[in-house]
Amino acid sequence: MNLADIKVCILRVGGTNCDAETQRAFQEFGVQTEIVQVNNLIKHHNLLDYNILVFPGGFSYGDYVRSGVIFARHLSAQLGKEIKNFIDAGHPILGICNGFQILVEYGLLPGFEGISPVPEATLTTNEPSGFKCKWVYLRQENQGKCVFTSAIPKGKIIRLPIAHGEGRLLFPKEKSEAFLKRLIDEDMLVFRYCTKEGTIADNRYPTNPNGSFYDIAGICNSEGNIFGLMPHPERALYWWQQPDWTRQNQMMQYGDGKLIFQSIINKLTHKI
Amino acid sequence: MKYAVKIEVSLKPGHINPEGETTTQLLIELGYNVKAIAVSKVYTVFLEASTKVEAETKAQEMCNRLLANPTKDNYSISIAESK
Repeated sequence: MNLADIKVCILRVGGTNCDAETQRAFQEFGVQTEIVQVNNLIKHHNLLDYNILVFPGGFSYGDYVRSGVIFARHLSAQLGKEIKNFIDAGHPILGICNGFQILVEYGLLPGFEGISPVPEATLTTNEPSGFKCKWVYLRQENQGKCVFTSAIPKGKIIRLPIAHGEGRLLFPKEKSEAFLKRLIDEDMLVFRYCTKEGTIADNRYPTNPNGSFYDIAGICNSEGNIFGLMPHPERALYWWQQPDWTRQNQMMQYGDGKLIFQSIINKLTHKI
Repeated sequence: MKYAVKIEVSLKPGHINPEGETTTQLLIELGYNVKAIAVSKVYTVFLEASTKVEAETKAQEMCNRLLANPTKDNYSISIAESK
């Protein structure tokens, strides 16, 4: 696929607030991007005109009921068939922060058996509680299935910012170990919180900033084309977005967030 | 028939409840011998159904489809006739 033919749909509703930054990140690669109001997508039924669907961060519908659930249920009621067709065609879907919450509430992640009619997990109140806005380190755990990390070697440590109050990924207590085994066996685990040196947080705060099960920061579905993460790659696109960039010995052009966008663009253009 | 369906959604045991913990601390500060507070959300849904059983079935569907996440929430339903 040619770079200029790639069309990215960045879906927004009231309360979405990371759409412009996410668009900017994709624009860096020269692809077509469009911020689409969800009602326009419902009206025109044109989801399949796009090659990538993105749920950006924010507080969709004011986080009423639970974070992400109103957006998720609105979409499944109005566009369920098209979303399924989009996924079945292998098109990639990215959910960042509130977008990750939406994918979990929709039943798309982890999505062990395809789209689940009820959520199989939750992204719930941080432990310790409170809104956390800081930079974290992540270790890439995926062995190649996830299309959004194909440009990041397994084991690489990257640095991204988080900004959330409800990012603690939990599975039903009685299913946690079985679900974890499936995540690992089916190569659905993508990012885990770690130290700067790459030591896994082992549920220790603040390295694991939210108490997330198994220090999980991001997972993909069993097909690898749907990916959700709590950290914000679009806020780490350029080197100078890092808070300590003037104190670092080297001056690069891009920050680690670029790798997420680069991965999917490379995949679609068959560079990898 | 018109019904008022009260759906109470509460956290399953073991899930942290910062609002309850903070409120508990303040009530202790105000001199009350409070041990803990469980905070829940109550949705009062006004709907029409042919029977009370149908109203309850619909309420359960609402919980499963929207109001409760089975990983972290419990819910209870109580139904009263409404004018």
